[in-house]
Amino acid sequence: MDNWRGWDKISYQSDLDPRFAEEIASIPGGDKLFACIQCGTCSGMCPLSSYMDVTPRQIIAMIRAGFKGDVLSSYTTWLCASCYTCSVECPKQIKITDIMYAAKRLAIREGVYPKKFPIPVLASEFFSAVEKNGRSSEGRLIMKFVMKTNPLNMFKQAGLGLKLFRTGRFSIKRESVERVGELNSMMKFLEMEHMIKKASDAVGVKEDHK
Amino acid sequence: MKYLYYPGCSLKSTGRAYEESALAVTEALGMRMDELEDWNCCGATNYMSISELKSFALSGRNLSLANRQANNTESVSLVAPCAACYLGLTKAKRYIEEYPEIRSKVDGALNAAGLEYRDHVRVRHLLDVLVNDFDQRSITERVKVKLAGMKVACYYGCQIVRPYSEFDDQHNPTSMERLFKSLGMDVVDWPLKTRCCGGTLTGTVSEVGQRLSYILLREATRRGANVIVTACPLCQFNLECYQSEMSKRFNDSVHIPVTYFTQLMGLALGIPRKKLGLHRLFVPIPDGVESPAAGGAHVLA
Ligand code: SF4
Ligand code: SF4
Repeated sequence: MDNWRGWDKISYQSDLDPRFAEEIASIPGGDKLFACIQCGTCSGMCPLSSYMDVTPRQIIAMIRAGFKGDVLSSYTTWLCASCYTCSVECPKQIKITDIMYAAKRLAIREGVYPKKFPIPVLASEFFSAVEKNGRSSEGRLIMKFVMKTNPLNMFKQAGLGLKLFRTGRFSIKRESVERVGELNSMMKFLEMEHMIKKASDAVGVKEDHK
Repeated sequence: MKYLYYPGCSLKSTGRAYEESALAVTEALGMRMDELEDWNCCGATNYMSISELKSFALSGRNLSLANRQANNTESVSLVAPCAACYLGLTKAKRYIEEYPEIRSKVDGALNAAGLEYRDHVRVRHLLDVLVNDFDQRSITERVKVKLAGMKVACYYGCQIVRPYSEFDDQHNPTSMERLFKSLGMDVVDWPLKTRCCGGTLTGTVSEVGQRLSYILLREATRRGANVIVTACPLCQFNLECYQSEMSKRFNDSVHIPVTYFTQLMGLALGIPRKKLGLHRLFVPIPDGVESPAAGGAHVLA
């Protein structure tokens, strides 16, 4: 019984965030999550669920109930390999994979993802390279990733790196599109749109609290 | 039908042999497929974890460039050999066309860059094109080499069939099996052909990711396969490049060649190994498996 700490799992109403479900449901087609019948098909079919701290079915229930902190800091969303098995098999056509993505984005935005966990680090490195150059340079990405998460792994992975190098499959060349300007204009436009939306949302929130 | 080739980032580095063999095979079949000029990243999995809208806009740029390069012709296919690119582009196309709010933002972004989105560009996976746009009998007639004793396990992975199964059955796809039978090879039946290989987890959380890949390799071998073919650079990388690490990790000896489907296909069509990038494999296809085919009709029988 020494390790039994069942009470740790208990949350109180006051810990819940009633806006969380709406926030997640706002993605395209996201409101279907309210139709979940908790059948567990998603968890049963998910090839990663045995490794997760919270199963996909539980994630859906927790989102609906407003367990924002627990969902965003769980390993589940990061272990999701986006294989889309759950989304295809769900009897209610809930886009569970998209919901996992939405939770990942929110966790990064709010800085609450598991900090040392390598997956968000890879995602961020990939994003910033593509944002800048329009393409990902796999070799550079792998090196940056190893440096940021576990530099000692550099030695462990040296064998693999060497083999890739020998077979001509590893390059540290920086890949890029030619017309970077086009991408910059696109991204700037979307950021402006986003800022305008955030500003108007903020005004909306204040009015709600009056 | 005009075809444009969308390589994506992997086919220019770790997946170079996929590009080499895809181009060699399409050339041998007389199919013209120019590279999409100034293409950018498809905005796949990792990008999607940060910004969905930006990911759709990135795909939007590729689709709009394809339309421009095809001079606005109605029938143009953007062909992606990478499963993740195929899904990234397909998903973006669907969301842009289904959701007006997304459409207006992507349009806005593209217009800001002097580009324009047009609906008619089709996104196709290379496997779809090779199996459905070509008469399989004409492929059989082109077989020059018989690959003796090759027992092929066809691995589809996730993103070709899920969530959209545009050209094959979602639960039991058979495109590759049909193709390899036309090429005169034996295929093995195995139920794990659409089970996840672990994606990027093989490198990030190796204990979990590599286990997923290992399960696939073990099952394919148990079913009598002596080569696995894939249609995705990440699947190929996972199933091939971690084999020695897996052998240690799971105390087993894992050793089976894993090729792109275009590599094994090219070999049967008599394309030299080097041109197919077969020298880039960690686990090689054994020498001497090739023998001259005694004519297409014989192979068919
Ligand atoms: S499969 Fe769908 S309905 Fe069933 S528990 Fe999962 S999300 Fe809910
Ligand atoms: S998409 Fe993610 S949650 Fe769904 S089955 Fe696959 S790994 Fe599991």
